[in-house]
Amino acid sequence: MKTNRWTDCGNWVLDRFPLTKFWNEHMAHYYAPKNFNFWYFFGSLALLVLVNQFVTGILLTMNYKPDAKLAFDSVEYIMREVNWGWLIRYMHSTGASAFFIVIYLHMFRGLLYGSFKQPRELIWIFGMLLFVALMAEAFMGYLLPWGQMSYWGAQVIISLFSAIPVVGEELSLWIRGDYVVSDATLNRFFAFHVIAVPLVLVLLVLLHIIALHEVGSNNPDGIDIKKNKDANGIPLDGIPFHPYYTVKDLVGFAVFMFFFAVVIFYMPEMGGFFLEHANFIPADPLKTPEHIAPVWYFTPFYAILRAVPDKFAGVIAMGGSIVVLFLLPWLDRSKVRSIRYRGGIYKKALVLFVISFIGLGYLGTQPATPGATAVARVLTAVYFGFFLLMPIYTRWEKTKPVPDRLTEQPSLEDRIPDFIETFNEVTVKTEGKSGFFRRKLNYQGLSAVSIRFLKKIKGSLD
Amino acid sequence: MKRLLNTLILLSLPFGVFAGGGVELQRAEFDLSDKDSLQRGAKHFVTYCLGCHSAKHIRYLRISLDFDIEKDKVLKDIAPEGANIFDKMNSAMNAHDAEKWFGIMPPDLSLISRSRGPDWLYSYLKGFYSDSSKPLGVNNVVFPDVGMPNVLWQLQGEQKPVFKKVGGQQVIDKLVTEIPGQLPEQDFDRMINDLVNFLVYVGEPGQLERRSMGKYVLFFIFMIFILAYLLKREYWKDIH
Repeated sequence: MKTNRWTDCGNWVLDRFPLTKFWNEHMAHYYAPKNFNFWYFFGSLALLVLVNQFVTGILLTMNYKPDAKLAFDSVEYIMREVNWGWLIRYMHSTGASAFFIVIYLHMFRGLLYGSFKQPRELIWIFGMLLFVALMAEAFMGYLLPWGQMSYWGAQVIISLFSAIPVVGEELSLWIRGDYVVSDATLNRFFAFHVIAVPLVLVLLVLLHIIALHEVGSNNPDGIDIKKNKDANGIPLDGIPFHPYYTVKDLVGFAVFMFFFAVVIFYMPEMGGFFLEHANFIPADPLKTPEHIAPVWYFTPFYAILRAVPDKFAGVIAMGGSIVVLFLLPWLDRSKVRSIRYRGGIYKKALVLFVISFIGLGYLGTQPATPGATAVARVLTAVYFGFFLLMPIYTRWEKTKPVPDRLTEQPSLEDRIPDFIETFNEVTVKTEGKSGFFRRKLNYQGLSAVSIRFLKKIKGSLD
Repeated sequence: MKRLLNTLILLSLPFGVFAGGGVELQRAEFDLSDKDSLQRGAKHFVTYCLGCHSAKHIRYLRISLDFDIEKDKVLKDIAPEGANIFDKMNSAMNAHDAEKWFGIMPPDLSLISRSRGPDWLYSYLKGFYSDSSKPLGVNNVVFPDVGMPNVLWQLQGEQKPVFKKVGGQQVIDKLVTEIPGQLPEQDFDRMINDLVNFLVYVGEPGQLERRSMGKYVLFFIFMIFILAYLLKREYWKDIH
């Protein structure tokens, strides 16, 4: 075979480096179940957001000044005078929130399909470590703009360490490097945010993926596809990750980027959730804001902290709400992985858990009135109940028989006729206007459809 | 199941209760694409605000570029005398004097529209009323015990509050004009709207560019989506 100079160069590298092996192991010959659904986009999306944070973060550090006197103004300098600075900054600030949206959905996928269960416990542990590292990264990054909420948020959270008996005061002093959050704190947080934690994140991502590829991906049916192999030892229900899932994830990337761009270009503050209004006031150590609320992605845990009357017990509860997630693989005693074959009790528990998580998240953004605190206490109990009662309610749940092979679910394309039919049922034609707007709501049809929908939900909860 | 539903309804009840509180804000009517309004706002800002408040994150040059006005015209009509086109909108007052006169340095207003919001600014600027118990003789409905005098009192006139009783407490219901000012109410409202418009612009000068660019980016991403979708469908043809 005739080779040209380029392939010679390529071969020279391949003879000396296991690139082919690496590529095959993790892409071309990595067999993933063929029935991944919507929930399976969020792993690759998390990687996309991570890359976005790295690239925009590096660009931001080129003009950002980690100095208590200069930090706030340098961010405004980036927003106004650096070419495309506003875009880079919004991509980074929106990316932070997007990261948590993606990660929360990614973790929820695990709860739905039992992706944390044997033999994937270690993947879950690495994932949880990633989550903790991500929270540290976000928390320290939030101090950098040096606005009022940056400053006082950090002040509140660091002071939590002082609640620890005996060593607490010394510990919080050691973390801050000063008696209050100050220039020293800003500088060390900058160092952690741009070097230390990102390195940890990259390492953990590698461990997470290597561990995943060792045991293989779970799937919406929670079935082990390696049990049914063909003559060549390839799982019958598996397809190579590349090209099938690389091209599929590209579609996910495009959809995600669309929503991402809508936020960046039209609502970068997201009504005060992604960029808090008070953070447009420079940090003032002498003026405490009336209402200190962390950014939305910390609020569920913040609400748990506030729900407990005692400060130290509150810190324990907040820490516990994260520690308990680590224990999930051992708390769940069910024989089946996927929610499709689980008993009704797990489904109901999961619904309650989601309600408690979102409810706590909302309450964490609100001032702590007595009524709000009472509700937060109930929701905290539900949150912990979901995990701590799990060994009891999952052991005896009535599971459904699990099939041997992956089941086929109708895809979005297959459902289009159904959607059209439903649309026709809930609307009626009227004369006059043309096209789409000619149809008006048909309340009878709407109620029939919603009753059917509710019955379906009720049925699927059993 | 029924019990579960009841629990859910009970749990969702308190969420409506937490809303409310505070004085209702009036709506500012501003249009960032109205360059005449922005220009008037900039002029008002320099005339009435810049004496004490800076807007140190914006340069006169940027105003000239964004509002499509000649640099010379900006220097002549908008900027204070002696300003250079590359200057930022700095105040002439220094912190030492400010603290002696007002007890505090008046804040920089570059980002005030992003921290307070346009409606708050509009209500604040229109919300001064006579209150002889205060050192400056005025108070404000949305910013009680404010340290700033009503710099627009000659134009607006003087307002006095009308109280109502809510739960045994005297609460301000509305403000009525006591002594009419130099400007008719309509003109004064327009002036405040122009000022708010300018402050919203100063909060993020790039926002018009950002919004107008958005649709092209979204269109581009949508095209990528179609390409990616067709590619995926082609590859997945043989998977059943």
